[in-house]
Amino acid sequence: MAHVPNPRPAGDFRTSYAADTALFRTRLEGRLTLLLVLAALSVPLWGSNYLLSQMILIGIYAIAALGLNVLTGMTGQISLGHGAFFGFGAFASAYFSSKGIPVLIAMPLAGLLTTAVGMIFGIPAARLKGLYLAIATLASQFILQDFFARAAWFTGGSYGSLAETASLFGLMINNDARYFYLVLFWVVVSFLMVSNLARTRDGRALVAVRDHYLSAEMMGINLTRYRIMSFGISSFFAGIAGALYGHYLGFVSAEGFTILLSIEFLAMIIIGGLGSVSGSLLGAAFILLLPQVMEVFAGTLAGIFPSIAQGSAYIKQMSVGAAIILFLVLEPEGLIHRWRLMRASWKLFPFSH
Amino acid sequence: MHVRVLASREPRKEGRGREGELTPDEPLLEVRDVSLRFGGVRALSNVSFAVRKGEVFSIIGPNGAGKTSMLNCISGRYRPSEGDILYKGASLMRRSINDRARLGIGRTFQNLALFGHMSVLDNILVGRHHMMKNNVVTGMAYWVGGARREELKERRRVEEIIDFLEIAHVRGEPAGTLSYGLRKRVELARAMAIEPDLILLDEPMAGMNLEEKEDMARYIIALSEEFGMTTMMIEHDMGVVMDLSDRVIVLDFGRRIAGGTPAEVLADEHVKKAYLGEEDEVLDALAAAEMEGA
Ligand SMILES: Nc1ncnc2c1ncn2[C@@H]1O[C@H](COP(=O)(O)OP(=O)(O)OP(=O)(O)O)[C@@H](O)[C@H]1O
Ligand SMILES: [Mg+2]
Repeated sequence: MAHVPNPRPAGDFRTSYAADTALFRTRLEGRLTLLLVLAALSVPLWGSNYLLSQMILIGIYAIAALGLNVLTGMTGQISLGHGAFFGFGAFASAYFSSKGIPVLIAMPLAGLLTTAVGMIFGIPAARLKGLYLAIATLASQFILQDFFARAAWFTGGSYGSLAETASLFGLMINNDARYFYLVLFWVVVSFLMVSNLARTRDGRALVAVRDHYLSAEMMGINLTRYRIMSFGISSFFAGIAGALYGHYLGFVSAEGFTILLSIEFLAMIIIGGLGSVSGSLLGAAFILLLPQVMEVFAGTLAGIFPSIAQGSAYIKQMSVGAAIILFLVLEPEGLIHRWRLMRASWKLFPFSH
Repeated sequence: MHVRVLASREPRKEGRGREGELTPDEPLLEVRDVSLRFGGVRALSNVSFAVRKGEVFSIIGPNGAGKTSMLNCISGRYRPSEGDILYKGASLMRRSINDRARLGIGRTFQNLALFGHMSVLDNILVGRHHMMKNNVVTGMAYWVGGARREELKERRRVEEIIDFLEIAHVRGEPAGTLSYGLRKRVELARAMAIEPDLILLDEPMAGMNLEEKEDMARYIIALSEEFGMTTMMIEHDMGVVMDLSDRVIVLDFGRRIAGGTPAEVLADEHVKKAYLGEEDEVLDALAAAEMEGA
């Protein structure tokens, strides 16, 4: 991978080790993030319901994509079963809440249970790499799907299960504006968790395992443990995201958690940027919005050429596939890389040509 | 500058992998009759030697002699078919590779083995892994639970190593983008960060120019003289080996054909014969080193 030459603006010298370990690469990046969060806080005040629902879904997918990025981006292990773990989290939280556990507690519990399940399915990673691991995770996708269909006591079987409405101190979180804040909370918490992981001992160990497992082992890193741990971490976020998804829809059924969803999650992190925390958010937004943009586009096109009207649904589908291929070929480091390049040229602005 | 680094080196705590204290003449590392086979290839045949605490011990020999294989047996990558390896008096044979750091064994690799996408700083910090306590949970919580404090403390340590090895100017660069010589230096830094008692260096000077070699030689001397490490080194540059080593053994076709002080080894007929097939370069170096010694 190419690398952006020292993306820190001149004059932004770090004066202490604390600054070196800071959450953001630059002060600008930190401020922008803060601004973004503040702006997001205001969306329910002025945004349409459509905008809110889209942002809620983007937030939910971003959390799941972030989890996959820990596994695939940081640790270098591919998973074709992330969508199933997302589904497991949704069912688990619905199940816990149906047993009388408050939804806001059921969600992290679902995250923890999904962590455990993810670690069990991650055990093959101790021995398998690359394509073989991909196949093993594909198996976990199908095993879990089968479980969703059969374990009626847990998932409601083919009927699916109802997910209770969340409430906080008696306040029902029963409209999009309120749910938006709940999702935003989890987005911020999840992104802080992973950013912190990346700058501490175990996060470095994961990246070390990815970059050179033989020397990582010599540094005292237990490969098996970290490979499985990585599955646990990624499943935690898949579980949380799934729980948020389930309680948002109010109803959980297995149809949505297929291999297609797993591939969409992979697409999000490839397009956003492998191993990039903020790229997970960009990728989720891209994958969610692209089909809608394409739909509008296809609609316009069908207005002009009525003969393609039937095909417009496929244009939507195909656009996601085409986007993945284009990104793999043209921008393998994802949107986040593009953004950094853009910023690098702004910094030099008057002299960049 | 060197002394500052030395002063901050914490004494190794008891229980951190220490297998009882060594008596003064007990070797730190003892290799007993080690043989290693790959199918029909005998990479090592009944090799024995002992490394004393604090010395610079070198293994030399022609290409394919089994030097790296020997190091791999000590670091746990290969399992000898026969023989035993004792470290601080206890067998290493049953210990896993990831125990080595905790036991106080660090190494560098013949073919660079850095974490290419990680910054130099982070690469070296990985060397501190085995003595750090923060984990996935406290790491994610960062501000509460002590991870922040520990990270900053370890970073300060790593900065000392960075200053010592004069790689401060690249501390933020991804290791994979550095020049060959710098990468070798970062590998040494990472191994030093382990704070090993025994450091294994596989051709630390390969591919370096003269200036870089001179720097590296200084660092290697400092490993034992200032940091109290015991150094075991594989190196092809005879001048370097003869200058730096307290003792040398020579491997050829997996056998130990000579051993002793540099002067003794140079005088050995077997050694000259073993190198006869080699390029003139090596013979010249041998001759030059002999002249110097005389
Ligand atoms: N993993 C392996 N599988 C098969 N044969 C091996 C393996 N590792 C080493 N060998 C063989 O063992 C012998 C010794 O190799 P080794 O790498 O230890 O030599 P060396 O002394 O380090 O050589 P060089 O100076 O070229 O680094 C060689 O014949 C090599 O082909
Ligand atoms: Mg070798």
